[in-house]
Amino acid sequence: MIALLVALPLVAAGCSFIIPWHQARSWLLPAVSAVHLLLSTLFALGYLPSEGTWIGLDALSSLVLVVTSLLFFGCALYAVGYLDLHPERGNKVMVPCLLIFLGAMSLAVTARHLGLLWIAVEATTIASAPLIYFNRNRLTIEATWKYLLICSVGIALAMLGLLFVAYSALGSGVPVSLQFDKLLSQATTLSKPWLHTGFVFMLVGFGTKMGLAPLHTWKPDAYGEAPGLVGALLAGGLTSVAFLAILRGVQLMTAAGDGALARQELLGMGILSLLVAAVFMVGQPDIKRLLAYSSVEHMGLLAIGVSIGGLATFGAMLHLVNNALTKGGLFLAAGNIQRAFASKHLSEVRGALSVLPVSGTLFLAGFLAITGSPPFGPFMSEFTILRGIFGSDRLVVGLLVLLLLATVFIGMGATVLAATQGEASEATPGFRDSPLLCISPLCFMLLILLIGVYIPEPMQNALHQAAALLEVQP
Amino acid sequence: MTDLTNPLLLAVILINFFTLGSARLGACIRVVSVQGALLALLPLTTHGFSFHSILLTTGAFCLKGVFIPWLLFRAIREVRIRRELEPTIGFVPTMILGALTTAGAFLFADFLPLISEHHEGLFVPTALATMFAGFLLLVSRRKAITQVLGYLMLENGIFVIGVLLSDALPLMVEAGVLLDLLVAVFVMGIVMNHISREFSTINTERLSALKE
Repeated sequence: MIALLVALPLVAAGCSFIIPWHQARSWLLPAVSAVHLLLSTLFALGYLPSEGTWIGLDALSSLVLVVTSLLFFGCALYAVGYLDLHPERGNKVMVPCLLIFLGAMSLAVTARHLGLLWIAVEATTIASAPLIYFNRNRLTIEATWKYLLICSVGIALAMLGLLFVAYSALGSGVPVSLQFDKLLSQATTLSKPWLHTGFVFMLVGFGTKMGLAPLHTWKPDAYGEAPGLVGALLAGGLTSVAFLAILRGVQLMTAAGDGALARQELLGMGILSLLVAAVFMVGQPDIKRLLAYSSVEHMGLLAIGVSIGGLATFGAMLHLVNNALTKGGLFLAAGNIQRAFASKHLSEVRGALSVLPVSGTLFLAGFLAITGSPPFGPFMSEFTILRGIFGSDRLVVGLLVLLLLATVFIGMGATVLAATQGEASEATPGFRDSPLLCISPLCFMLLILLIGVYIPEPMQNALHQAAALLEVQP
Repeated sequence: MTDLTNPLLLAVILINFFTLGSARLGACIRVVSVQGALLALLPLTTHGFSFHSILLTTGAFCLKGVFIPWLLFRAIREVRIRRELEPTIGFVPTMILGALTTAGAFLFADFLPLISEHHEGLFVPTALATMFAGFLLLVSRRKAITQVLGYLMLENGIFVIGVLLSDALPLMVEAGVLLDLLVAVFVMGIVMNHISREFSTINTERLSALKE
């Protein structure tokens, strides 16, 4: 049953090769993703059976599944309008690749076998490379090459990590398997040194994909050059999926009684990510690269949240949702702004609010949200993470995080305010806000606002269950 | 059959050195494909003839030994290049680095808490040495195609470890891993083609417009 989530987009991708009409192919995206969203919600809420040895759902993956599916639905709607703007480039590559990407992400989220998880994550890399290359110029090709090579090598290291995890089970006498539930149940018998090494390689490998510093180097290039909707999918969806892969490692380490070590490593990379992001965001003149560094920052926050444990883990789970939706809104709005000014550089983008009232406002609101201003959702989650940090007596960590968040706020604010406010630059072209290109970011921002004010009961439960999975001791 | 394992692994290590020291792209592709083909025999020599190992060997042989090299040869024909000139680190220094990392791999493997059956064989040091060589190739060469070769060597190294653990990986997963590798190389080939059309070269040094 649950295999539908993977099969549906893949079959649709096959169909999109055959469909000869441009429009029909574009509309296939929202149609398929609407069904996907409906199915994922039903699976996540338990209305449909979702257990399985190869693929199945638990609290963690349900959360990531619904978030990515929702994000993809918004982006798919936006894609229809976006692809209409570029009829000359066609959508024969974009639509199948997006659908394969959705299928691969669903597989990665639902995989219960670590080998399958690996295959799916590598497949997301391959499927998203043509998406980054959509604009076909020198800069995109450079970004694509870096993305493809760095992520492939990273993922290869993750494979090594998985093999080490398998090796750790060799000595115990029971048949070796990378089936996740089996691994969890025999976690205490695993050989410690191999498990540690395995986790480190998993962290490095999937961390590359997630964009934790210092493995984030492909991120500004890829996010900067890819179309806005692809940036949204990468920053909101793919990073969450990669994070889930790392969390599987954390689960395993915790079950083996070595959670503390895993958390220490996560904390180190988290702080480093915040630091790197803060340094590069101050004075960043490129609005999309700015968003890429913001993504590095929030990946850091997720890692820190999980590393602290307790309340902060709950905060991190909430932040995963907030980050995905806010990044979705921001990238889509930034895409509109870039198109209106034919640039994403501060030297040419001025007064976006007066040229594009809707997209400009959304971009500004997205900035306020992502930097953790009330009343948006990320404020709640960042506040929860910080409360968790101070509550567990990590005073130094807490103060450092606060300082870096403040720096990010100032750095990001300088660029975003300059881009949105003031007189519009003279090059005012014909592009205007259109409903199809504004509805998705608008809905994302409204959702974020809603989460900031009120978290519904089922969501609260889902977040608690997901956080609880990460705390299970042997 | 087990007697064959160690000579195979030794040959793999020798191929690492050849690739690090050679300036001819065609020869490099050929030896990396030979390396892949040799590695493909490992499941047979270690686990004997079984359905699993025969399929794995056939699959790996066809992909690593035949199909991927064919793709790469087609790629270099299309972009018309023969030689790898001006590496960022010279050929002799990379060879020396390769020798050092290989020695390091052997020393390091002795310290690893391997289970008793794996103490003697060359499996682990070979895997590590091949991965390091792949890395060296990745970082020390300018041509996109040599970077792909480096990636392939890295994967070859990981494959060696994978053979030790093929019990843990169901055939479907192994097939998936190989398929991913193939598609990755295929996509890299397409991107390479576009690079050469845009820049009239496949020196990745030209890919330097994006930076802070």
